[in-house]
Amino acid sequence: MSIISLIIKREFIAKVRNKSFVVMTFLSPLLFVAIAVFIGYLSSMKAETKRIAIHDETGIFAADFLKENKKGTEFRYLNLSEIDLKALKDSITKENFSGLIVIPKTKHSKDLESKIEFISNNSPSISFVENTQDIIASKITKLNLEEAELDTLAIKKAQSNVNIHLIKASGEESRKGLNEIKIGIGGAFGYLIMMFIIIYGNMVMRSVIEEKTNRIIEIIISSVKPFQLMIGKIVGTSLAGILQFVIWAIIGLGLMFAASVFFGVNVGSGSTLPPVLMQSMGHNFSEMMQIGLSEAWNLPIASILIGFIIYFIGGYFLYSSFYAAIGAAVDNQTDSQQFLLPIIMPLILSVYIGFFTVVNDPHGSVAVIFSMIPLTSPIVMLMRLPFGVPWWQIVISVSLLFATFFLVVWFAAKIYRVGILMYGKKPTWKELYKWLKY
Amino acid sequence: MSNLLEVHKVVKRYGNYVALNEVSLNVPKGSIYGLLGPNGAGKTSLIRIINQITLPDSGEVTLDGEKLQPKHVQTIGYLPEERGLYSSMKVGEQCLYLAQMKGLSKAEAKKQLDFWFDRLGIQGWWNKKIQELSKGMAQKIQFVVCVLHKPKLLIFDEPFSGFDPVNANIIKDEILALKEQGSTIIFSTHRMESVEELCDHIALIHKSNKLIEGKVSDVKREFKTNSFEVGILTNNVEGLVYDITQKFTVSPANFKSLNDDLKLNIQIGNAMPNELLHLLTQRGQVTHFVENIPSVNDIFIQTVTS
Repeated sequence: MSIISLIIKREFIAKVRNKSFVVMTFLSPLLFVAIAVFIGYLSSMKAETKRIAIHDETGIFAADFLKENKKGTEFRYLNLSEIDLKALKDSITKENFSGLIVIPKTKHSKDLESKIEFISNNSPSISFVENTQDIIASKITKLNLEEAELDTLAIKKAQSNVNIHLIKASGEESRKGLNEIKIGIGGAFGYLIMMFIIIYGNMVMRSVIEEKTNRIIEIIISSVKPFQLMIGKIVGTSLAGILQFVIWAIIGLGLMFAASVFFGVNVGSGSTLPPVLMQSMGHNFSEMMQIGLSEAWNLPIASILIGFIIYFIGGYFLYSSFYAAIGAAVDNQTDSQQFLLPIIMPLILSVYIGFFTVVNDPHGSVAVIFSMIPLTSPIVMLMRLPFGVPWWQIVISVSLLFATFFLVVWFAAKIYRVGILMYGKKPTWKELYKWLKY
Repeated sequence: MSNLLEVHKVVKRYGNYVALNEVSLNVPKGSIYGLLGPNGAGKTSLIRIINQITLPDSGEVTLDGEKLQPKHVQTIGYLPEERGLYSSMKVGEQCLYLAQMKGLSKAEAKKQLDFWFDRLGIQGWWNKKIQELSKGMAQKIQFVVCVLHKPKLLIFDEPFSGFDPVNANIIKDEILALKEQGSTIIFSTHRMESVEELCDHIALIHKSNKLIEGKVSDVKREFKTNSFEVGILTNNVEGLVYDITQKFTVSPANFKSLNDDLKLNIQIGNAMPNELLHLLTQRGQVTHFVENIPSVNDIFIQTVTS
């Protein structure tokens, strides 16, 4: 045991003293905050207003577009129905306007549906097209209703707006918006695990390769068991990693705070809302925030945190033993690529499953299956946890994870033991299999 | 003399390749034991088994009468052929780390390091990084790391490679001093002159099998051809050669001498040297009479090529 702690200590100190580690630790949060401030600054600048000309031969729709101008969007509509269409089209090419909406006169408003054109030099954004379509469609609908002599007010009255209250069988009431918080928390933790595995798994691999290329390995191995060395390496590197993460978090939060105070820039996206809007929804907004916060406290915080720690340890150790075995098998980093791909794949897969499947259906069969499979469970299960997972699923998932972990460590240690003493040859998968039997 | 290390019928296979085929060795306590063999003979495999880096497929190794177990790594010092240290670690810290791995306490390790650094005159290196040292300097550090924990058994794999003659001599003297203090040394090398100089026992491994083992003098006795190198001044060369060829086999010899004498290699078979000498003294003035003792180099080449 004391030998393992000796190795852990050395690995930790070697990592922490490394110049690039020090630079990365203190530079990354600076860079990150600089980028965030830059983005905040950019989005706080008034977007350039785009002038959109409207040539409305019917004379019905222009007024509805002009109403939009009051909402303070980046588009400014101008009713230019009086001007000759040809001249208008020319002015588009001369870039006096960003675009031109042409609404021709038809016999029946129904015919309009496919006759409206938008002319511009650059293709418009999808949201702009949809917005324009909405404005015209609702106007036509309104006209149609009037034409059919239906009472629009009565119809409006008759329309219902349902708001379902989400209540769990256990009795606690959840509110809308909570799902986003759940996805946010689960996603953040899952993503954190993936980043950690990729960054520090690689570090483990590099340090194994370093010992091989330094040829010190034979001396070390004549004093300690390869297994002890491998575990010591993985733990030492992860401790350095955790330290780095903690420093990042502290510096990052501090800098964020300082930046938001100093520049008066609301870092993030909040500032993109126009002030008028902020005021109008001010009351609503702060209330929502409060609800969100209090609801977040109602989440199974303890089980999420414990789950995070368990899956973090299990997942990181599982993957880093793969990394260590690969490092032992190859002579230099370029040779490691062919073995790395099968390891990165399940990681990426689990993030995709997390963000697409779990978000849509946290208890669907795909989400459940992948939260059981050990290679994907650390991330997928973690993203499911905030939605409440039956305890038996957690038990199966965690025991599968740790059973696989011990199995993989055992295999990895075998490959490691043989691999570290093999020089000068790029092994194939077949050879790796043979090493297991040595 | 009892044996410190006994290797008993050790077999090691890598897939279908047999690296060691029932190899048995007895390394006497306090000896310098030369482990010889051409490249790929299986020496490194055997050394790795003794160091418990790999396990034998069958067979047994005992150290001081005990079956080899993990605690024994602390009583063995190993200088591998592939040298290396952590290049970005400082010399002192690195030595302390490696010594602690061999079971020394930090204080004891520090004491031993001071002693050895002083002895080899490298006190100023403590805070240098390995990458700032030359290859030979790094080799010295490795030698220190290898002997620091006062191991009973020392295993040197090509210890002199990378050293200039002056430093090689220093290391040679240190090895002899360690032997004086009671350490047993296994010495694996291709340099036969250093075997001749240092070893009192040798074993030769060839193609995974042990072919020769024993005291250097015994091995040489076994390999000697009972031939003598003779220099003689005589007036009647034909008569002399005729006389000798009646009894022995003769071939011309080549050695340096101050006289213009006749130089011969004479194979006497089972006869006594005095018989030959008697015959020679009757025919002329004997200026040179030496038994041909095979060098370790001769024995090596003869065994490996036959």
